[in-house]
Amino acid sequence: MSRPYAAARALGRHLLLLGLSVLIVAPFAWMITTSLKSFDKVHQPPYLVPEQFEWSNYPQALAAAPFAGYYLNSVVMAAGIVAGHLLLDTLAAYALARLRFPGRNAIFLGLVATMLVPTFLTVLPAFDLVIRFGWFNSYAALIVPRLADVFGIVVIRGYLLSLPMELDEAARIDGANRMQILFRILLPLSKPALVSVAVFSFLFAWNDFLWPLLVTSDDQYRTIQLGLAAFTSKYGPYPHYLMAGTVIAAVPAIAIFMYLQRSLVRGLAATAVKE
Amino acid sequence: MGVRDRTAEVGRGPSTPITHPAVQRAGAAPRRVRRSYRRGDLITAALCLAPALLVIGLFVVYPLVATGLLSLTSWDGISPDRPFVGLDNYGKLMADPAFRNSMVVTVLYGLGVSVLSVITGVGAAALLNSAFRGRAVYRTAFFLPVVTSSIAAAAVWRYLFDVSGPVNSALEQVGLGETNWLGDPHLALVSLTLLTVWKQLGLNTVLYLTAMQALPAQVYEAAALDGAGPWQRMRHITLPLLAPMTFFVVVQALVVTFQSFDLVYQLTAGGPMGGTEVVGFLVYRTAFVTGQFGYGATIAYAGFALVFALTWIQWRLGGKDQT
Repeated sequence: MSRPYAAARALGRHLLLLGLSVLIVAPFAWMITTSLKSFDKVHQPPYLVPEQFEWSNYPQALAAAPFAGYYLNSVVMAAGIVAGHLLLDTLAAYALARLRFPGRNAIFLGLVATMLVPTFLTVLPAFDLVIRFGWFNSYAALIVPRLADVFGIVVIRGYLLSLPMELDEAARIDGANRMQILFRILLPLSKPALVSVAVFSFLFAWNDFLWPLLVTSDDQYRTIQLGLAAFTSKYGPYPHYLMAGTVIAAVPAIAIFMYLQRSLVRGLAATAVKE
Repeated sequence: MGVRDRTAEVGRGPSTPITHPAVQRAGAAPRRVRRSYRRGDLITAALCLAPALLVIGLFVVYPLVATGLLSLTSWDGISPDRPFVGLDNYGKLMADPAFRNSMVVTVLYGLGVSVLSVITGVGAAALLNSAFRGRAVYRTAFFLPVVTSSIAAAAVWRYLFDVSGPVNSALEQVGLGETNWLGDPHLALVSLTLLTVWKQLGLNTVLYLTAMQALPAQVYEAAALDGAGPWQRMRHITLPLLAPMTFFVVVQALVVTFQSFDLVYQLTAGGPMGGTEVVGFLVYRTAFVTGQFGYGATIAYAGFALVFALTWIQWRLGGKDQT
């Protein structure tokens, strides 16, 4: 291939990618800059960067709705779900990857099949259960039904299967019991899988909307996404406040993604390939 | 537990190859002969699996069955008695224009999102599929919408595509008239489709990238020697070899659209005039807004069965020659 031709191709590639990236990132750019515009500027002919930044939009948006409480609830819910996934999914994955018992493959396939069940086929009786347990408007309703998930089991099981069985057998000969083998030997080696499960579980919990919408009605237990939805319908005519609220709700997930993106994308690709 | 386990290991060190004839034969007839289970394994496995199975059983498996039973009642979701009405709800469904509308909307939405997801996913992955500077930056940019909450993403789109929003004022600047993106039923579905594709693009790109990186390099070298240009290689080698991933991406897109609720809730709330009322949103509205819990379950059951069937037929009829 001649050099000018290769250079032209590289340039073309960058131009296309740049155009696509601009399209994809534009809503974020508008979100951020609108959140810093003054009200009389938001409806003017479109322009991206405001002449002066209205930082006061943020304290005003924060004061207009109980964002601190929403935030706290989201953190509590996400922490509970992440901890639940790390413990329950790991235990189940260990049994499915390292122990021999009848029906092991059937149980695993059954679990994977539940991943295909659409939410709406389960949400009504699940809601009914929460009511019967007396959990409506409580952290229990937000956390307990989602303490375990199949995605985490699949990821951790896949990782455990890639570790040599000799590890377990050597440890067993040294007198370690199964829980010691799992927690002292296998899990320290499984950090990449555990990190990617933790991040995905956090993203899921932080961004979750339907379930918290159904099982809470009180601001005392409502999460940030519910808060943002309510804020949207209330402050629709005030895009500058609205976008400030949106930034507040979206930032933690984006920040965590930016921080851990490499392991996240890799873990995701690995699971997809296995499926 | 430890002591018993070690006695079971007697005669077979950790790395000794398995030489017992019974075990060797197991390769030929795997079901007939097998090592007996260790008791410790059974007990530990039961204890380890119990918590996860309890949660998933109680909140996924049981509800899946219970929704079917619920669909045979006219329960309102609150009162203690749940009147059994047999298949009445299913009869009601046939004549319900809201249900028919949601079916049409869901199928159009599912088709739109899957077709556009494949096109944009393959395109973006093809652009990213070689080593060059700045690749990671693009990939990050593409992935941003995936990790953003649907509620936040739709809040921004709702503002951008408002009648008097930035998109319209930009169009006016270049001389195009005002478009009521979210106020017209058809355009609202188009906007919802675009929003969904935008949100999923990064995921599909990463999936296709993974698949492309696993493609055999020799085939490309041979094709290049035979004089196949980049476009021909894409058309005749890459796309056919990517078929399994395309299947995965389409299934993923369909699952996303069947589940779609947050985006719809925040962008259009199912409107205008039901233009974006996908089946999931109709289930929510029926059960939780109008208080017809039993009928909501019927819509969920019948709706998903129908949408799956329709999509499958469409897939068989139209999808065969594409791959």
